[in-house]
Amino acid sequence: MRKFTHLKGLVAPLDRANVDTDAIIPKQFLKSIKRSGFGPNAFDEWRYLDHGEPGMDNSRRPLNPDFVLNKPRYQGASVLLVRDNFGCGSSREHAPWALEDYGFRAIIGPSFADIFFNNSFKNGLLPIKLPEAEVDIIFKQVEEHQGYALDIDLDKQTITRPDGKKISFEIDGFRKHCLLNGLDDIGLTLQKADLIKAFEAKRRAEQPWLFA
Amino acid sequence: MPQTLYDKLWNNHVVHTEEDGTTLLYIDRHLVHEVTSPQAFEGLKLANRKLWRISSIVATADHNTPTDHWELGIQDPISRQQVETLDANIKEFGALAYFPFKDERQGIVHVMGPENGATLPGMTVVCGDSHTSTHGAFACLAHGIGTSEVEHVMATQCLLQKKSKSMLVRVDGKLGAGLTAKDIALAIIGKIGTAGGTGYAIEFGGEAIRALSMEGRMTLCNMAIEGGARAGMVAVDDNTINYLKGRPFAPKPEQWGAAVAYWRTLVSDEGAEFDRVVTLDAAEIQPQVTWGTSPEMVTTIDGAVPSPDDFADPVKREGVARALQYMGLTPRTPMAEIPIDKVFIGSCTNSRIEDLREAAAVAKGKHVAANVKLAMVVPGSGLVKRQAEAEGLDRVFRDAGFEWREPGCSMCLAMNADRLEPGERCASTSNRNFEGRQGNGGRTHLVSPAMAAAAAVTGHFADVRKL
Ligand code: SF4
Repeated sequence: MRKFTHLKGLVAPLDRANVDTDAIIPKQFLKSIKRSGFGPNAFDEWRYLDHGEPGMDNSRRPLNPDFVLNKPRYQGASVLLVRDNFGCGSSREHAPWALEDYGFRAIIGPSFADIFFNNSFKNGLLPIKLPEAEVDIIFKQVEEHQGYALDIDLDKQTITRPDGKKISFEIDGFRKHCLLNGLDDIGLTLQKADLIKAFEAKRRAEQPWLFA
Repeated sequence: MPQTLYDKLWNNHVVHTEEDGTTLLYIDRHLVHEVTSPQAFEGLKLANRKLWRISSIVATADHNTPTDHWELGIQDPISRQQVETLDANIKEFGALAYFPFKDERQGIVHVMGPENGATLPGMTVVCGDSHTSTHGAFACLAHGIGTSEVEHVMATQCLLQKKSKSMLVRVDGKLGAGLTAKDIALAIIGKIGTAGGTGYAIEFGGEAIRALSMEGRMTLCNMAIEGGARAGMVAVDDNTINYLKGRPFAPKPEQWGAAVAYWRTLVSDEGAEFDRVVTLDAAEIQPQVTWGTSPEMVTTIDGAVPSPDDFADPVKREGVARALQYMGLTPRTPMAEIPIDKVFIGSCTNSRIEDLREAAAVAKGKHVAANVKLAMVVPGSGLVKRQAEAEGLDRVFRDAGFEWREPGCSMCLAMNADRLEPGERCASTSNRNFEGRQGNGGRTHLVSPAMAAAAAVTGHFADVRKL
């Protein structure tokens, strides 16, 4: 997994609540058996004027000029600013894969759906929960200032706004450790293989019908 | 200290807890399907890892499989590749059971698991699919996971988790005639909102829940995720135990007694405390129909489409305006006056035998209305299909002008050939009415199977109690 330590990134605002993972990456792209290459189809139905299917040359498709990520001022954004309940719906990890492949490294919003939140950390994408009022201010500032960028320091757990104000955020110790060091969960868990084996043996003795 | 059912399930699976509460949780059952597993198997191969416990895996192909002309195989080459990739992976890695495309026990993963007894009380159940919450109907701790977690469970038999908060949703009293678990589920989501359960594990309790069959409880737990909760669950009672008896993967006769004795303990203790309690009165629940692009955008059959002006919060108001525009609806239109183009009876929410019986009872002796282009019934599995045919339900549906299909996810998410065309309006028994969910530009209204059948035969949404 890619490490996440510090990021200074342009912010793109997606001002709608309940953005579901079907919208982040529509189902026709889930037929892929790979993990990469989903970026050009992130938000496909909002982003393009035609209907996207796997295998199309996305660079030749007509863009929807009204969709916020298509505005020239947000090109190159690496921080996505969102509203409540972002990432709800399907558990597809293709959603964080698509956002990461698009170029986002952090997502800031008031709340995230649980599965999406989890999936993001596994892919070096940092979701940050901030109080609604803080998010409102950032939305306003982004709109007012072209080239609005935030400075995110994971180690210190702070976001610095262009006006100099520092906002701190919460994150699980374990998740922070994994992100900062780019650690793979599986390798870490397998260090505890003996504990797992002991647990399993006990369970097998107590509830043998589970091990048919 | 009195424990909730969730506490018991959680405590029973803790392998190790870190200082910050991150817990290594042991997983008993891992259900696998073709869409969210290929990258996980690929990851195992790249790292030269094996499955930790082959016998925990039960797999099937469901999302991409066609629902007609099985003799032609899977026409779409990319869908076919995904299904064949699963075939190859199971062959290479192994599984307790695999029900591939066309197998008589193949079906939607959340229908197939319980009907084979692969979901048992007290288990932790995971699957790379958000509707894994369904299995909580059996007093399991069951939730959806992402593909990285699928790989993690495959390689370690464990999941890294933090304990959720607990919520009790208690539905007191008796449900009226013509109402179903689906109406309860939508009424709950209407009340708590689609993010209401975020961060919680929900236990459904109360007289109305105890009165539900296992099929009904699965419908309810299935939709826990639409209320934001990764896991929904119902305590064990006689219904649970009677349902499991004799199923292929249920405990063998010599272990049955010990298993049942343990299962009986899987209830919340008297006086156990929940972080949040929500109560509903079953007698007040009316037939539900959604009008928008989120399951919380729901009203009753005698209600009307709302106006954005009804909402004070600007983000909400704009969301409603956008939903109405997408859905092609005018504020204040009575729900019962909205005509439909298609009807879909199926999905892991409502494709079990009881659902098909309820829909058939409404369709019997009537005919699909002239303005309805397609009304399809898609059984949840090969076994459900066979049972329905044994009961003559296929005849009832066919005689009424419905199409009777082969099992699979079908038009629930339209990864196969079954889909809505842009602008088409559908009465659907599935669980998500998101933009484009049933086909690009398609308009989905979520209802119960009985209400879907009522819409099919009248051509518009209709109160099933008044037909
Ligand atoms: S029926 Fe629909 S919701 Fe259920 S598993 Fe299939 S696609 Fe997902």
